[in-house]
Amino acid sequence: MVRPDVQTIWGWLDEVPDPEIPVISVVDLGIIRDVAWDGDTLEVAITPTYSGCPATSIINLDVETALRDRGLDNVRLKQQLSPPWTTDWLSAKGAAKLENYGIAPPSPAGGPSKCPRCGSGDVERVSQFGSTPCKAHWRCLSCLEPFDYFKCI
Amino acid sequence: MSAALFETLLRLGDNTLVLGHRVSEWCGKAPVLEEDIALANTALDLIGQTQMWLSYAAEVEGAGRSADDLAMLRDVWDFRNILMVERPNLDFGHTMMRQFLFDAYHRALLSGLAGSGDPRVAEIAAKAVKEATYHLDRSAETVIALGDGTEVSHAKMQTALDLLWPYTGEMFHSDEADAEMVAAGVIPDPEGLRPAWMDTVTATMAEATLTLPDSNFAHKGGRTGKQHTEHLGHMLTQMQWLQRAYPDATW
Repeated sequence: MVRPDVQTIWGWLDEVPDPEIPVISVVDLGIIRDVAWDGDTLEVAITPTYSGCPATSIINLDVETALRDRGLDNVRLKQQLSPPWTTDWLSAKGAAKLENYGIAPPSPAGGPSKCPRCGSGDVERVSQFGSTPCKAHWRCLSCLEPFDYFKCI
Repeated sequence: MSAALFETLLRLGDNTLVLGHRVSEWCGKAPVLEEDIALANTALDLIGQTQMWLSYAAEVEGAGRSADDLAMLRDVWDFRNILMVERPNLDFGHTMMRQFLFDAYHRALLSGLAGSGDPRVAEIAAKAVKEATYHLDRSAETVIALGDGTEVSHAKMQTALDLLWPYTGEMFHSDEADAEMVAAGVIPDPEGLRPAWMDTVTATMAEATLTLPDSNFAHKGGRTGKQHTEHLGHMLTQMQWLQRAYPDATW
């Protein structure tokens, strides 16, 4: 078979949703570190968000399945730890989708600038930890809704 | 295989494994929902770090064992964690005080290991130190809130500090394996971590209105495997029973 070019494969991977936050793709999340052909084998380097993130094995499975569905049989996934994942790698497109979904995107200030639901800046932290390792639990003091904040790391 | 490197990796991985398991024992019964989630998340990070340390340990050993084999099929005397992390949780205050004393050490240790001459050790540490940093933010905040809280919470935190203090010295002890790894540029000198740890502890306890015990006595024997407390065996019967009862079970 003809080897699809790497750019095309990046496009395919951009259609693989994150299992916990399905509105963003694994590419948006910044965890796909490299896609390269090694002879007839496609090698994809993936980095974990948090060491203990239970989604890691599901993400590997989803990536592999997506590539096989496109007809790629020789796929090798490798874990790449260094440099460690940072929220700086979240794409601008991903950040916008998160906010639209109701999750405040990471902000260098260390907290959300506004409530993702009503837009008020009057927000407070409930807990540094939330529903998944990558999120913190916040609430809006204007609309009183609780919301997730994708924390900076 | 390098025996000293294997020993070092077990010490790193067993600390996070045993503490991770202890912290996970709170899952579903912490005082409030937010704390329950925070404890479970912390445990998850620690178990994730364990996976990285013990996977590397298994490779270094080269005996065909996996990280799971090391975690689930070793007996008490083969564990290399410090005694402090195997202590039972007791109350929430004791759990958080133990977490704080460990986190302050863990952050200092991992910061040093991020500059290790062993590239695998360096990359695992660089990943883990980010997590240790926010663990420390939270445990310090909680220790301060409870120490400088009500009369009851203050008394419980002082009791916890007094109980745990003799277990902190073991973090800075070293033996021949450490000396070999320090000389090889793989790990920082354990004793050299003490000043940074002490600064963090002193500042936090002052804010928490708690008094540091005036004693340097240190229980030891965990990180050498010479003598664990009676608690570790009981913990392992819980943690390992499934793999012991149904060897090689997967799901």
